[in-house]
Amino acid sequence: MEPIIEAINVEKFFQQPEGNRIQVIAPTSLSIYPGAIVALLGPSGSGKSTMLRMLTGLATPSAGEVLWHGKQLDGEIPHVAIVFQSFALFPWLTVLDNVEAPLVARGMGAVERHKRALRMLDTVGLDGFETAYPKELSGGMKQRVGFARAMVVEPEVLFMDEPFSALDVLTAETLRGELLELWLNRKMPISTIFIVTHNIEEAVLLADRVVVLGRNPGRIRADFQIPLAHPRERKAPEFVEFVDYIYTVMTQLDAEVAPPPQPLEQATVAAAPRPERKYTMLPHARPGGIAGLLELLADRGGRDDLYHLAEQLRLEVDDLLPITEAAVLLGFATLDKGDAHITADGMKYAEAGILQRKELFRDAALAHIALFQQVDQTLRAKTNHTIPLEFFRDVLDEYFSEEELERQLETVLDWGRYAEIFDYDSHTGRMVLSEPGTDHAEVAAQ
Amino acid sequence: MTKRVRAISRRPATAWGFVPHGAWSLLTDIPIFAAGLAFFYSIILLARYWAGPFTPEAQISHSPSALPQYALYSFLRIFIAYVLSLAFTLVYGYIAAYNPKAERVMIPLLDILQSIPVLSFLPGVMLAMVSLFPHHQLGVEAGAILLIFTGQVWNMAFSFYSSLKSIPKEMREAARLYRFTAWQRFTRLELPYAAIGLIWNSMMSVAGGWFFLMACEMFVLGNRDFRLPGLGSYLQTAASTGDTRSILWGLGAMIAVIVLLDQLVWRPIIAWAQKFKIEQVESADVPRSPILNFLRRSRLVNTLQHRITRPLGEQIALHFAVAQQKETHAAPPSAARTWLLRTIGVLIAIGVVYGVFDAIRFLSGLRGADLRVLALGASATFLRVVCALVIASAWTIPVGVWIGFNPKLARIAQPLAQIAASVPATALFPVILLLLIRVGGGLGIGSIVLLLLGTQWYVLFNVIAGAMAIPTDLKEASRVFRFSRVERWRRLILPGIFPYLVTGLVTAGGGAWNASIVAEYFHFAGHTISTVGLGATISLASDTGNFRLLLAATVVMSAIVVTINRTIWRPMYRLAETRFRLET
Repeated sequence: MEPIIEAINVEKFFQQPEGNRIQVIAPTSLSIYPGAIVALLGPSGSGKSTMLRMLTGLATPSAGEVLWHGKQLDGEIPHVAIVFQSFALFPWLTVLDNVEAPLVARGMGAVERHKRALRMLDTVGLDGFETAYPKELSGGMKQRVGFARAMVVEPEVLFMDEPFSALDVLTAETLRGELLELWLNRKMPISTIFIVTHNIEEAVLLADRVVVLGRNPGRIRADFQIPLAHPRERKAPEFVEFVDYIYTVMTQLDAEVAPPPQPLEQATVAAAPRPERKYTMLPHARPGGIAGLLELLADRGGRDDLYHLAEQLRLEVDDLLPITEAAVLLGFATLDKGDAHITADGMKYAEAGILQRKELFRDAALAHIALFQQVDQTLRAKTNHTIPLEFFRDVLDEYFSEEELERQLETVLDWGRYAEIFDYDSHTGRMVLSEPGTDHAEVAAQ
Repeated sequence: MTKRVRAISRRPATAWGFVPHGAWSLLTDIPIFAAGLAFFYSIILLARYWAGPFTPEAQISHSPSALPQYALYSFLRIFIAYVLSLAFTLVYGYIAAYNPKAERVMIPLLDILQSIPVLSFLPGVMLAMVSLFPHHQLGVEAGAILLIFTGQVWNMAFSFYSSLKSIPKEMREAARLYRFTAWQRFTRLELPYAAIGLIWNSMMSVAGGWFFLMACEMFVLGNRDFRLPGLGSYLQTAASTGDTRSILWGLGAMIAVIVLLDQLVWRPIIAWAQKFKIEQVESADVPRSPILNFLRRSRLVNTLQHRITRPLGEQIALHFAVAQQKETHAAPPSAARTWLLRTIGVLIAIGVVYGVFDAIRFLSGLRGADLRVLALGASATFLRVVCALVIASAWTIPVGVWIGFNPKLARIAQPLAQIAASVPATALFPVILLLLIRVGGGLGIGSIVLLLLGTQWYVLFNVIAGAMAIPTDLKEASRVFRFSRVERWRRLILPGIFPYLVTGLVTAGGGAWNASIVAEYFHFAGHTISTVGLGATISLASDTGNFRLLLAATVVMSAIVVTINRTIWRPMYRLAETRFRLET
């Protein structure tokens, strides 16, 4: 079968002024074939959205090329549509005008335009809302308008960028069902759906093929088919097996990934070597979140399935992963095939009081994380025991993109202040060595 | 199909539906028709007067019966200047937002242009325009309009530019993805997104326009006396002859024009522009306008919409779409065009360098005495501006907070304050001056009163808005923890209103410097009243045709305003945005 889209060794990077290069997406190849729903999964920072925009021609790859039916894009936008997370409707246009707008751009006459737009609104169940303005509609209705606008141009590939993330759970579930129904009954004038999501269950529920991205830099970690028949049952063992498998892939950051549940011909599993870096990227988790996870793990006898934990904590995988990563990084937990195990240190932390927890966190951070060791040593070495945050900004600058750098610094400050490794004065922008106060003396005395 | 289209465009059913259809539509259409007729007649009147012979020293009538015509002339000047400003805004904002190279020059330039005291341009612009059209009234009129234009265009351009820059990424992507034509992008995305900011800035600009118009409708340049028939010249004439009855008539007409403009133009526009608000849910409190409802119900307006504007809009949109389809591929800019642009750029740069050198050579002719005058004047005006800001803050902060904390009071006080604020201070100057002379105060102190008159309102409005924005739970917390009065002000109120106060003071400060040009130097009843100050220096220099001193004083004033903005207000703004921001 001829692919519709072929991305050949596309990559995205930013050239730093000093000559350093920050790689957002490593050279990646991906082909999209007609007649399937493809889900692109990945944690935040894996470049999912960038990948989608490169495939649609909205963004140009830094290197490599994107072919549509074998032809290069050259800045043209191919015959596609996107359903956006934020809906991206024009609030000053009525529902009908919103859906008609892409047809006006094509120079279609008023009568034909009305006919097509109304038919599409009928299809998504918005009959009777033509003259409403988007702000009069609920989130689910707005996204229906988004669907209608995308489908009215009869795109060859329908792209969706986290289309259900801005909706509440029930509405999202309804819309997923409707989408699937339209797709399975061939009511959509499209050949392929490409959906970007961070929701693992959503991917397993909808997709015929799942591509999992890893991060730092973004790269394909696994690419496999889901040959389950629709409608899929969330409680079915095969379903759970796939969900577990994706969890495993997403949590085992460095290791070789085992093949998916059913060995399939087309399944490819990649473990691109991760570039060595001096500073590990700190996962963006709050100390409070780490404590919550460890307490839950301790309650459950020291180990639990991640899928289960996410459900218990009512967290999306995107929010759970940084927390587990942080716990692993600090030596409070280990991960094994989608299961989290608490360590002895972690157990101690879970059982400690507020002040003792700070102490344990401080020891763990200083023992395991190079950046905190460096901060601590530098602060102690200086006679006035202070350094500007800018210093670390310059150090980390070489390793992270601008956006990531800000998040890294935020996490460094958050953890450092919590663990009383240093104080931070936001006025002067300086880090100051924390004087071990009476609190610590008390804890030490115990 | 047609049934559907009609159903979509049907008018909302109201109680008016019970009035016999024909009778009602006639009633609504008559005023609209009359308004159209009056507008066209006034355009013809103006055209005849402009093309007429040059009468720089037109006799300004004292009679109240001349007021409607004068008000019309003043209004049309403002209107034409506004249309020009809007056109300039769209072009300038567009280029600055989409051309990164131009942006680097255009935005700092905007910042500086904004700080140049417009009134110091008056003599140069007037002389140039009069020599351009030596035999027609058009020359002086064009000078006045150009001046108002320079007074009101910058903040509009900046607002449009920043709106264009802040259009959400996904909306832009949607427009690109669905291949919107340039026209469609402009009318469906960019203009609607910028509309609300543009409308608010237009209101501010037009208010500023009145301020300058009042000042430049009647002024002396050396031995030449320029008079443009209008409200400003009427008030000045009335004041300099001490005619109290005419003064009152003039003020009444001024206020009537401003209230009418507010009710007939701005309010309907604001109510209409609500649909451009970016909000997820409809807000409960929506600005309404009876005039807008009236227009929406009018059969004439609806017919025009159906027969003319809508089909025309459709035609234009399709025309662009078809043109886009024909255009096979966006051709890369040809080498010739790139070279043309480069040549233009180089020529502009050469022109700028030459101009700067010439200006420096010109200025090097300044004598020591001139420099002393400049230094002394700058310090005197600086002190006056500071005094005006301090006095303005001293009364507006307590009063503004009191009003802001009291929603019932705010409902009554805000529209009143708005009317008070929209009366251009320059229109009141002659009147206040008359009072000052009668009570015997000097202009040294008196000019502070004049500065205050023009600037305190900005502070007041912002303080009221700031006080209203302080969350109720914070107020309750301060009560629960039994804050003393001092603590309440120190910990809650002052930090709460700080960002708003800074915004108000920046506008007020800039306005005060500009106003000093008219507040420190006056032609009144045949003789000149003045005090020491940079504004007086500018006025005196233009009066005596000392262009060297005029240029020097203008440069000094602009430099002071830019420096104060950069060194004092910008850091304050940053502080307001970081530390004193009330996050929800």
